[in-house]
Amino acid sequence: MRLQEQDAPRGGWASLALSRGVAKAMAAIAAFVEKTLVIAELEARKLRHDPTELLTRAVQPVLWLLVFGQVFTRIRAIPTGNLRYIDFMAPGILAQSVLFISIFYGIAIIWERDLGIVHKFLASPTPRAALVLGKALSAGVRSLAQGLVIYVVAVLLDVRMNWNPLALVGVFVVVVLGAAFFSTLSLIIACLVKTRERFMGIGQLLTMPLFFASNAIYPISIMPGWLQVISRANPLTYEVDALRALMLAGGTSTYRVGWDVLILLAATAILVIVGGRLYPTVVW
Amino acid sequence: MSILETQALTRRFGEAVAVDALTISVEAGEMFGLLGPNGAGKTTAIKMLTTLLPPTSGNARVAGFDIVHHAADVRRVIGYVPQMLSADGSLTGYENLLIFAKLYDIPGAERESRVRNALAFMGLVDAADKLVRTYSGGMIRRLETAQSFLHRPRVLFLDEPTLGLDPLARKAVWEHIEQLRASYGTTIFLTTHLMEEADSLCNRVAIMHRGKVAAIGSPAELKAQVGGEATTLDDVFIHYAGSTLDSGGGYRETSRARRTARRLG
Repeated sequence: MRLQEQDAPRGGWASLALSRGVAKAMAAIAAFVEKTLVIAELEARKLRHDPTELLTRAVQPVLWLLVFGQVFTRIRAIPTGNLRYIDFMAPGILAQSVLFISIFYGIAIIWERDLGIVHKFLASPTPRAALVLGKALSAGVRSLAQGLVIYVVAVLLDVRMNWNPLALVGVFVVVVLGAAFFSTLSLIIACLVKTRERFMGIGQLLTMPLFFASNAIYPISIMPGWLQVISRANPLTYEVDALRALMLAGGTSTYRVGWDVLILLAATAILVIVGGRLYPTVVW
Repeated sequence: MSILETQALTRRFGEAVAVDALTISVEAGEMFGLLGPNGAGKTTAIKMLTTLLPPTSGNARVAGFDIVHHAADVRRVIGYVPQMLSADGSLTGYENLLIFAKLYDIPGAERESRVRNALAFMGLVDAADKLVRTYSGGMIRRLETAQSFLHRPRVLFLDEPTLGLDPLARKAVWEHIEQLRASYGTTIFLTTHLMEEADSLCNRVAIMHRGKVAAIGSPAELKAQVGGEATTLDDVFIHYAGSTLDSGGGYRETSRARRTARRLG
């Protein structure tokens, strides 16, 4: 990087260089954000051309709520404090559908690699991490569409929802963060395994443990000790915890929403950085 | 002045040497062809020059920038059309161009006209708002060329640009590429194994065999070297690279080429 120091007057060189450095960093951040949004826009445009995917994806969470939720609400087998079971599980199912959509995101990366699409993006001056984060945000867009369906079903099932606008914004943020985390995890796996067949195997292998070793459909307190440890290390737990506090009227969180969001944010940031380094290797 | 230079550029994959000490130099404004049988290392060479793949050793400069240490600068001044069909089928032709106009920092005020001009240049105005998956193979190739050219690159890399196209579509693609070079003086670096094309279009060609340059020069020079009045570039190719049938193209490469051909219909 050239700083073009020769233009600087002798006095105040340091402060000028500093302010240039700051300006440069700001410009880099602005470019990063802009490129990230371009990638997200690209994915959103694809969805607009063919939104059927959103509907077919919505079947599974609806079934969970209708069948599993109804049955377990009736038998009262799971201690959920002052919440009815259906209320307790609704945020868990939202988190689950975000997980299921996002964790197979890597398959699209491998597909695009096979088509040569990834090559062209990598040969462009777009920052690698922006390519990764843009994809992650688009998983968020898909997940938000799921969220909408789940909200409708939840209302029909008489789940007591929290309609406070701030809480809704909170749900929005947590859903996007959760999607960003798991889709980036998926991208990293795709970059490591490189073929569709291997990826499918690992994706299947990961999904169920991530889902069941979390507080999505039962509280952590009823788990055996070893499973509690795993569940507390599972980011899905914090996503569910935040959603439970934000989605439900009178919902409470175990770990505080602020911590949940911070943990998800930090975990996502780390994955995006790792993903940005690994993404170019998918075409080697 | 040479706009692209490589010095002992080498890439290994484990034991195998895909590109073995490649040393070439391409002049600004040239149309340079890298020829060779499947598996000769052409695509690996292009991947290194477009910064997609780091070399194992050796180095290269594109438009004055080192491909390893100044990869970001290289990316800003090159265009690249990969071997596979890389336009996004689930977007329209216009959208495919718009996204790349944004990624290449073409200012907002200029973006629309740049995209419209590119569509007109490539004869895609009528198809602009149709999804690319409804395009013919030749149209996709022209769209990709437009995509790679929006930011007026100094060097345009084309990896097997006419693979799988029928003769008519191939001719149209070549006419457009030739026009681009005539209008903007762009240096064009391409790979192909169609000797007839290389013969009529390239100023200079290098024939690669097993990762090494077996011969380099203008098509006329190479033909003269191999001898005979009726020598074609095919003969030159066979002379330098064709002695063995088992030389090239792993399963993956062949299956990729087939897939591209299938998409081209």
